[in-house]
Amino acid sequence: MTVPALDLRGLAVAHGGRDLFAGLDLTLPGGVFSVLLGASGVGKTSLLRVIAGLDRPAAGMVVAGDGAPLAGRVAWMGQRDLLQPWARVIDNVTLGDRLRGRRPDRDRAAELLRRMGLADRLAALPGELSGGMRQRVALARTLYEDRPVVLMDEPFSALDSVTRARMQDLAAETLHGRTVVLITHDPLEACRLGQAILLMAGDPVRVEAIAVPAGAVPRPADDDSVLHAQGVLLRRMLDAAGR
Amino acid sequence: MSAGRIAARLGRPVGTLCGLGLLWWGIVRLGGVPPYLLPPPGSVARALWAQRGLLAGAAGTTLLETVLGLLLGTAGGGALALLMMASAPVRRWMMPLVLLSQAVPVFALAPLLVLWFGFGIASKVVMAVLVIFFPITSSFFDGLRRTPPGWLDLARSMDARPGLVLLRLRLPAALPAFATGLRVAAAIAPLGAVVGEWVGASSGLGFLMQTANTRFETDLMFAALLVLASMTVLLWWGVDRALARMLYWVPDDRSD
Repeated sequence: MTVPALDLRGLAVAHGGRDLFAGLDLTLPGGVFSVLLGASGVGKTSLLRVIAGLDRPAAGMVVAGDGAPLAGRVAWMGQRDLLQPWARVIDNVTLGDRLRGRRPDRDRAAELLRRMGLADRLAALPGELSGGMRQRVALARTLYEDRPVVLMDEPFSALDSVTRARMQDLAAETLHGRTVVLITHDPLEACRLGQAILLMAGDPVRVEAIAVPAGAVPRPADDDSVLHAQGVLLRRMLDAAGR
Repeated sequence: MSAGRIAARLGRPVGTLCGLGLLWWGIVRLGGVPPYLLPPPGSVARALWAQRGLLAGAAGTTLLETVLGLLLGTAGGGALALLMMASAPVRRWMMPLVLLSQAVPVFALAPLLVLWFGFGIASKVVMAVLVIFFPITSSFFDGLRRTPPGWLDLARSMDARPGLVLLRLRLPAALPAFATGLRVAAAIAPLGAVVGEWVGASSGLGFLMQTANTRFETDLMFAALLVLASMTVLLWWGVDRALARMLYWVPDDRSD
């Protein structure tokens, strides 16, 4: 599995008849977590959907750094867990294979769920799980796809702080070595997970690279450099919003 | 469920029925209505008991027609909804026909259907199918179209095959809407069967009501009506409970 960088070239994205940004040139490095921050409505989700191939850009294109086509190499995790309420946990994890008409690899799905701490919930229905457990199933489903590029749209925003911190650890551990683009509006999440931190702000939208705190991810939440970076980041977000 | 809760749940309908019976009795008694117009509850109850064999036989015929109509209508309507979802030409050509099945009054069609399909149960089954076809097909088709977009995005990001998206995503997601149509169908299917019997039959509750009516046996006619109403309520209840059991993931608030 080669892990490509993502090159956005002259990208223009519109949503609901409104131009969000145009002429965006950006490289998201391969094999690391890139965190995309910005206020609500700035176009983070639309950008991620374009990268995922779910929406077409108004102009420009997204190409893989290795030159090979991006199609079939991207896994997408939305804002909600999108579990199928009628299917058992293990069948939710193997959804991709079931929708492609391939034989589900239940052993691998069970192993992923074991890593998520859900070994004893394979046969449970999503309705019987807590919000944090449901997100872990969604993460297992994303990992089951085994794609080199993983796009995550605020996957942990609905969780309480403790559950969220655990999910960040789990995501950093299990997605290590892949090209991950994570959208968040939580500066702490950005500073814990980001190996590149990009702030989207302004009108027209510009993307600004923010200094990344030292240390391997997931960085401890009480680390001085993380706390400092978080403060700086929040200040920049406030400045951007005030302009 | 505890005995107390069963009693509480049964208490209300039983109370309502007793109240209605009392009102009925009062109107007949105090209003001096002749029994061939409105028989008192007592004589209806006597007719119910005296003619129990006749009524049970007629109810059996009507129930058979209704259940066959429900099965065929559900299978046909469900298959058509799936076809309409899978293929745009089928959708464009069949939608007007589905609407037509609802727009044409079955009462007007009934004599024709009896001519075509005979005095036996076939024409009544066709009537029941016609009556339920629209609620079944339109509710299921609506459900199939209204799959939450997030699931479809997820499927696209997984390079899913369209046929499997229909089968494994849209279909189960549409089942609650389908169930709503099926509940409506269970409540109105007996109507189709009875209308068919009214026009031309040799057995069934509709046939019984019509003959009783022409002979001024109003008490028997009311007894048949009671049997029909109870049968419909029981059928609806059975379908409702079976669906709630099958759609185990759908919240079913039965707290009152």
